[in-house]
Amino acid sequence: MRFRFTDAAIDTAAARRELVDPGAGGYASFEGWVRDFNEGQEVTSLEYEAFQELALKEGERILAEAAARFPIKHALCIHRVGHLGLSDMAVWVGVSSAHRGEAFDACRFIIDEVKHRVPIWKKEHYRSGDSGWVNCERCAAPRGHGHGHDHTQDHDHAQAQAPDHDAA
Amino acid sequence: MNERVDAPIRGLVLAGGASERMKRDKATLLYEGRTQLDRAVELVARHVDSVFVSVRASQGSDPARARYPLIVDSVPSQGPIVGIRSAIAAHPRNAWLVVACDLPFLSDQALSQLLAGRDPAASATAFISVHDGLPEPLCAIWEPKAAAEIDAFLERGRDCPRKFLMNHAVRLLEPEDRRALDNVNTPEEYVRASAKPTTAHAMQLKIQYFALMREQSGRSEETVETLASTPADLYAELKARYGFTLPREQLKVAVNSEFAPWSRRLAAGDAVVFIPPVAGG
Repeated sequence: MRFRFTDAAIDTAAARRELVDPGAGGYASFEGWVRDFNEGQEVTSLEYEAFQELALKEGERILAEAAARFPIKHALCIHRVGHLGLSDMAVWVGVSSAHRGEAFDACRFIIDEVKHRVPIWKKEHYRSGDSGWVNCERCAAPRGHGHGHDHTQDHDHAQAQAPDHDAA
Repeated sequence: MNERVDAPIRGLVLAGGASERMKRDKATLLYEGRTQLDRAVELVARHVDSVFVSVRASQGSDPARARYPLIVDSVPSQGPIVGIRSAIAAHPRNAWLVVACDLPFLSDQALSQLLAGRDPAASATAFISVHDGLPEPLCAIWEPKAAAEIDAFLERGRDCPRKFLMNHAVRLLEPEDRRALDNVNTPEEYVRASAKPTTAHAMQLKIQYFALMREQSGRSEETVETLASTPADLYAELKARYGFTLPREQLKVAVNSEFAPWSRRLAAGDAVVFIPPVAGG
């Protein structure tokens, strides 16, 4: 499976090796990290939970869409589940392609789609002792019109990371 | 200055419809052996002291209607807004709990919520449709002050009560009983709706709970026996049981590990998962 879950630290070196291809001249990756604040609250740790049966299918669909949309060689996405501390890696996306542009674009596409579509939930634990499911508890007030998941805010616990391995 | 006293509320069951799509009189359709009209009057009478039935002039002698106190449309039928206006004209100091007779799922819970949420300073207090987010005029409280506004509205050649509510000062409520206002307009809908309580069979479904749903239900999975025939009905049932805080509009649903529409027909043994807003990455 090109989309998978792990309950241990993500081995990025091993993951990167799966993308190697003689026709690839570029590789881009994205790592999402646990950040110490969100919406004005000091975050101390996180828990990720997934509905894995459906999440794996939806994740594979996203990777297939990326391959159809961009001329890439390989793409891989690994997501953590379980309890994570500050600065732990929550998600890793890697893409190899002939040229750098599509590697960056596909990488961005995959992480954006994963955040919005894959049934994964994140519970934040706060310094105050409080905790909450992100996107579920602060906007649960009834509203006149249903907007599904469209109002998902950008809780990007992540830093952009794209090592300069681009030989193209 | 006079102390303001809220207008006392009477009930008005609308039974003047032409039933064009049904091709037979909706007021006399039977649910669980009783006519829609009788059921509606009885329901409203549990909440207010006096209940009238709104009819067109030509229906005044119809036996199903004539057993109730009637309010006859003051002008030839321009739809329900004339019925409402005629009621205010007949009893100008009353507000009216107006209910269409073709709401077979209307509940005490819905009427209690409406009465508790009434805003006498507004022209009306109404529910927001769970289907399109617009006001529902035919299960609403209409205040005496709406009379002059309705007259002006009719004078402009308008007669849609929903448009009226959209353009006047109205208190809107989110219905807790989300099925209460589903109405029945066609013979097919009637067969479906009337079949539910009598011939539907309870079936067993497997439910898995994740994240907030798991915490609020206090379990990761369970097998439930239910009459719910769609994920939407099932969510309403389980929301009432466990007090889920998320409105259905914020969720998705999966049946047998694949995303499914809320209207999907459930079969015995289906595995259902409610999916709260996701937050991967």
